[in-house]
Amino acid sequence: MAAQRKTLEASAWEILEQIPDPEIPVLSIVDLGIVRSVEVDGAKVTVGVAPTYSGCPATEVIEDSVVKSLQSGGIDRVSVRRVLSPPWTSDWISDRGREKLREYGIAPPEKGAARGKMLGDTIIAERIVACPRCGTENTRKISEFGSTACKASYKCNECLEPFEYFKCI
Amino acid sequence: MTKEQALITYATRMGDNAIVMAQRLSEWVGHGPELEEEMAMANFALDYVGQARMFFSYAGELDGNGRNEDEICFLRDGWDYGNVLLLEQPNGDFGETIARLVLFETFYSLQLEALASSPARKLAEIAACAIRESTYHIRHASHWLIRLGDGTDESHRRVQHAIDRLWTYTGELFEADQVDRIMQAEWEGPDLTALREQWHRQIDALLSKATLQKPADGWMDSGGKQGHHSEHLGYILAEMQSLQRTYPGANW
Repeated sequence: MAAQRKTLEASAWEILEQIPDPEIPVLSIVDLGIVRSVEVDGAKVTVGVAPTYSGCPATEVIEDSVVKSLQSGGIDRVSVRRVLSPPWTSDWISDRGREKLREYGIAPPEKGAARGKMLGDTIIAERIVACPRCGTENTRKISEFGSTACKASYKCNECLEPFEYFKCI
Repeated sequence: MTKEQALITYATRMGDNAIVMAQRLSEWVGHGPELEEEMAMANFALDYVGQARMFFSYAGELDGNGRNEDEICFLRDGWDYGNVLLLEQPNGDFGETIARLVLFETFYSLQLEALASSPARKLAEIAACAIRESTYHIRHASHWLIRLGDGTDESHRRVQHAIDRLWTYTGELFEADQVDRIMQAEWEGPDLTALREQWHRQIDALLSKATLQKPADGWMDSGGKQGHHSEHLGYILAEMQSLQRTYPGANW
């Protein structure tokens, strides 16, 4: 019985690791760090999912794809629980996820910088963002806001390529 | 008023603030001074919509009458809305929108910080989520306030005018009524007197960096929390609620 429960949990994680984030498909929702728990109760599986930005339109799409993917993987009784605490920040992105972002051409967020206080004198400070293609730190911000809520637009001053930066939050 | 009723009203007011701010900010879509700022305002609006949904859903769960977030948002009239007057004022020019963001967000982030340790657990969790966004909203709006205040004569004049005009709506942020008092006593809600001092310190620092003058505290307008609104809220609600009013329960 215990072995069976373990198997169900393991196969649920395997399936979850294949579900892409709808806005950054190179990342799985596990890499993104939003899958918080998989609870198995008999044949029933409950997945705890943390929303990213409060207004992120992908939240409901993700919850929907969790249910559908697990069901098509043979797990029929699935529910999703929204987990607010502790809140998701960019620090939850796994190291593997950061590497995937860089390979894809998106500069990953720095670790540990997410909850830094930005008031007072640091307010004018700009982050140094390395170009995901050539690695130089000689880059400039084009816009703090980009194609999705979580990304800013940058340009590399050396290889001249524009690129996106996954912002620290 | 029981402490549970106070909590429901308080959560609803938080949702009202967020949704009215969202509505105002989204008016910039298609009218921004530049594309990047239009995206910024739309992004902020989206954050506020998400926050409002969490606050409204929570208020609905608490009151147990089966009201969902849509009913609370779209089927209440102006006198049931408890947002502060500052947020329903028209956007004005871009500088005025930035000035309002700075004045409100500086308050809001302090309010959220206090609520994040409330024994009302779900409220604390929502607050902790909202702080993340509030932090970068303040950062962005402060950048702009400094740039405009310490910019050209024209940008300085206009953003100073905006601060002067909006100042009269800032007193209400710190005016505690029965709901705020019960929240503070029973749910470890913010002490608005202490919060006001912190707010003044942060605003002072920012205004001086932006070479702007702080207006004197004169007569302050208030009443929004209790549902006494300016003429502007009705238009916001009329536009926002038209679909649910025309097709109640519409869903997609």
